[in-house]
Parts: sequence; structure tokens; C-alpha cells
Amino acid sequence: MIQLDRVSKRYPIPGGGGKDALRQVSLHLPAGELTFLTGHSGAGKSTLLKLIMMIERPTAGEIIVDGLPLNRIGSGGIPLLRRKIGMVHQNHQLLFDRSVYDNVALPLIIAGFPRADIGKRVRAALDKVGLLDKEKLNPVMLSGGEQQRIGIARAVVNKPPLLLADEPTGNLDPALSAEIMDLFQDFARVGVAVLIATHDLSLIARYQHRLLSLREGRLIADRGEDIHGA
Amino acid sequence: MARNATPLKPRRQAPPPPKPRAGARAARSAWHHRFEAWRLHHRDSAVDALRRMRATPTATAMTVLVIAIALALPAGITVLLENARAATQGWDGNAHLSVFLKRDIDSSRQQALAGAWGARADVERVQVVTREQALAEFRELSGFGEVLDALPDNPLPPLVMVFPRDTTPGALETLQKQLGEAREVDLVQLDVQWVKRLHAMLELAGRIVGALTLALALAVVLVVVNTIRLAIESRREEIVVVKIVGGTDGFVRRPFLYTGFWYGLAGGLVAVLLVQIALLWIGSPVDQLTALYESEYSLIGMGWINAVVLPLFAGLLGLMGAWLAVSRHLQDVDPHLL
Ligand SMILES: Nc1ncnc2c1ncn2[C@@H]1O[C@H](COP(=O)(O)OP(=O)(O)OP(=O)(O)O)[C@@H](O)[C@H]1O
Ligand SMILES: [Mg+2]
Repeated sequence: MIQLDRVSKRYPIPGGGGKDALRQVSLHLPAGELTFLTGHSGAGKSTLLKLIMMIERPTAGEIIVDGLPLNRIGSGGIPLLRRKIGMVHQNHQLLFDRSVYDNVALPLIIAGFPRADIGKRVRAALDKVGLLDKEKLNPVMLSGGEQQRIGIARAVVNKPPLLLADEPTGNLDPALSAEIMDLFQDFARVGVAVLIATHDLSLIARYQHRLLSLREGRLIADRGEDIHGA
Repeated sequence: MARNATPLKPRRQAPPPPKPRAGARAARSAWHHRFEAWRLHHRDSAVDALRRMRATPTATAMTVLVIAIALALPAGITVLLENARAATQGWDGNAHLSVFLKRDIDSSRQQALAGAWGARADVERVQVVTREQALAEFRELSGFGEVLDALPDNPLPPLVMVFPRDTTPGALETLQKQLGEAREVDLVQLDVQWVKRLHAMLELAGRIVGALTLALALAVVLVVVNTIRLAIESRREEIVVVKIVGGTDGFVRRPFLYTGFWYGLAGGLVAVLLVQIALLWIGSPVDQLTALYESEYSLIGMGWINAVVLPLFAGLLGLMGAWLAVSRHLQDVDPHLL
């Protein structure tokens, strides 16, 4: 589903030089599998997810998503790629001038789902993250963990074949974290490729899933699968 | 709280859900849905743009008023010019030749000449002004009665006014030349020069208004560009979120284009209102003026076609401004900058 081939990302630094956020990362994430991505703060986890979403472009190397090399996608193709990927952002990225419902409905409206379906799907997604009774509220009125769950509902609402989550349980208590993990595992079980970036080692320890570790932008460990398997 | 309710029901071994099922019917209905979604987004964008404008009434009113004034100025002047043209249209028909005869021509000879000219095919009618009539008229109009009394004899020549059928400048000049060849004629004066001058002035004024219209239309576009630029600036985060969840440029652009269109349209409507109010205001003095000149003339308004065309044209200008702003500034708002 997702393949990275010797991918590097160097952020230019104002005043010259650059910051190597990723160095020569190669990996393969098959459909129907849940993978953890871990590493110290600044290791390059978010950068990796952003490259897959084409929010950032790699400095070197090739990324293939769903059989499509990203470097062949023009700016017109980016929206279609992003509709295939549900992403939970580290900083939520919610709209604070609309209701919870409208936030979650956004991907469906953008993708042109029939209006009759939208209500059903949004409520199903809100139900899965336990926010069904908050649909009319503004995200500002909700706690950090609740806001995080709006982001999760928005990421899964159109049932994308690919799910990327950047610290999805960062603000959640253990019980809620477990529930969200159940949700992600359900998606993996129906064939979705799921990648979860997290610091939460206890969460990782609780599940027997593949684990990728980054350090200083390098992939240093791959539990569960051959690091060069592609 | 529905925390533990409804886990996602897995469809085992099924391919990823969003893939549309094959089959012509499904494809057709997919197209139908897409069109429907597109139509609904247009409607929502239009309504949302209006709602946002209403949410900031003062700022919106300012922008609309600036646009309205910029449009009302050339529109109002154009209406006035049209009035001037219409009012002076009939004046061509009054163009005539004043044929001054030599002073020793007596009135019977004057009558004979006038009769001969009046019989010409290219002359509509003639009017005889004898030396005595001329003197009486002059005395009355000038107030120089005593001076004239002091003169030993009537200094004014006999006059025949010739009204030609064809009042084009060429025909007038030919007639002037032919009449001037007569032995009895002292001078043939063409009273058309000032009409020509007036028309040249109206023409010039028309062109100046044209240039003014162009400049102010540009000003309207620039006002909208700036307004939309600010709107984009204030909605950066929203644009980023929409792009992140797969919004196309068209989707992001649409509400701003509608905003520009609404600004233009509203400005145009207010401009029509301003022009009509101004016309009402100057209407009664004009009526008094035309009454003084024994004219039936009354002010021409904008006409309802122009009252419709101006707002639409303004809407188009607004759309243009929004388009410029969006194509220039929207690419500056990209998810990677956050
Ligand atoms: N837009 C940017 N411009 C310059 N440097 C950046 C940018 N984004 C990230 N970096 C740098 O790249 C490195 C990797 O950042 P990244 O956000 O991928 O880390 P992370 O693993 O997600 O960290 P965290 O766990 O704290 O979220 C960091 O050193 C960061 O300073
Ligand atoms: Mg991060």
C-alpha cells in the first residue's frame, strides 16, 4: 500500500544549511496491517507522515502510495491522493468556526458524497469515538482529548484505504486509548493500511504489531518484519 | 456516552470500502451524485459568502459603498451626457443660412429673391426680415434704441433666412456658395458652426467619460482584490484544513469567488440607487429650465436595462477581482507552512 525507497527529507534552514529530518528511509506498509512508528521527539515521525500525504516533498528517494509514485502526481492530483488517506494530525487541525458535526462532515462534502449519506456516516464516525452527543458543539468547547477524537472521526469518516495517525492517543486516558486502538485494528482487519506514530511505549507494548523506530531521521529498528522487505 | 457502543463492523476480506462498485448504473449514479454535490457546494458557497458579509456589516458596507460610488460616478455622468445629446438632437433642424442682402436692395426685390429661393428644391422655406423689421427687433432686444434713433438712417441690411431641407454640413456649404453668387447678396452666414462645436464637445465628453469608466472599473477590481486578499488572510487555517482533507483548488476558491461577485453586485445595485436619487434631485430644476425654453423636454432616466446591466457588470468586475486575488494569494496558503 505504501512504499518508501531511500527517502530523505532536508528542511532548509533560514540563513543557510538544512536539517535532515529523514535519511535514506526505506519501508513497505502492506494493506491490512497496523504499524507503529516511534522515535524520540524530532526523530522525523511527523515528517514521514507528511511526505506520504504530500504535505511535504522528499528531497530524495521515491514514495509509492496505492501503486502510484508520488513524484508523478501533479498539484491537481494531490487532493485525490489525500482523499484516499485519513490522517489524524498531531495538532488536530480542526475548524473552530464550525460545529463538531461540520468538522467531521468536511471530507465527505469535499469528496462529493450524497447528502443523504453524509449524516449517517458522520454519526457513525462520531459514535465510534464516543462523541455522538457533542455533534452540535463547537470544538473550542471540548477538551483536548475530545478534540483529538474529532480529528480521529474525521480521518475515518470516509473509510479511506489508508490511515495515518500522528500521536492519536496523546491526550487520551488509557481506556479511551484502548478504544481508539480497537477502532484502528478494526480498520486494519478490513484491509486498511494503518500507520500510527506515537511516543506511547506502553501502548506499543500492549499490542503485538509491527514497530518501526526512527532515530535522527534513520530507520533503526523494525520489529515484526524485514526492514528491507518491499 | 456511547463509548463502548458499536465497534466498526469489519467486512472481512472485502477490498477497501470507498472503491465504487462496478457497473454502468453505479457509474451513472456516481456522476449524478458528483454533479449534485458540485451544485450543492455552489449553493453553499454562495450562501456562506453572503453570511460572512452580513457578519461584518460595517466593513461590508464600506466596501460596497466604495464600489457603488466608483460606479455611480461614470454611470451618472453617462446619463447626463445622454440627456445632453437627446436635448440637442432636434437642433440640427434649425440650421439655416442667413442671407444678408446689399443695403440698397428694396423690399420688393427682397421678396422676389426670397420667393425664388423658396421655390428651390433644396430649400424648405424662407423667412423675410425687412430692414424695418430688423431694426425694430434689434431695438427691442438690444436696448440701444436711443443710439439707433441718433443714426441718420437704418444701418441694418435686408435679411432672408433660408431653411434648407438637407442640413448635413456638405449640403449647407454648397447652398451657401450658390446663394452667395447672386449679385444682390452681400454675405451668407452659416448658422451651423455652434451646433458642430456642441456636438464635438459632447463627443469629447463622451470619450472622457469612457476613460473615467475604465479607470473606475479598474478601481472596483482593485478594491475587490484587496478585500478578498484580506479574507484569504483571515481564513488561512480553514484553507489549510480543507486542503489537508482533499479539497481541490476549485473547492477552496469557490467561496471567495462568490464573495467577490456579491460585493460587485451589491455595489452595482447601490450605484443604480445613487444615480436614480441624483436624477430625482436634479429632475425638477431641469423641468423648470426646459419650461423657460418652451421645450417639452424632460429628463431621461437610466432605463431599466441599464439598471439591470450595471449591477451584473459590477458583479463581473467583482468576480474578476476575486479571481485575481485568489490566483495570486491562494497558493501562498499551503499545509506545509503550518
Ligand atoms: N517545517 C520545518 N522546517 C524546518 N525544520 C523542520 C520542519 N518541520 C520539522 N522540522 C525539523 O525536522 C525534524 C523532525 O521533525 P518531526 O516533526 O518530523 O519530528 P517528530 O518525530 O514528529 O517529533 P515529535 O515527536 O516531537 O512530534 C525536527 O528536528 C524538526 O525541527
Ligand atoms: Mg511529530
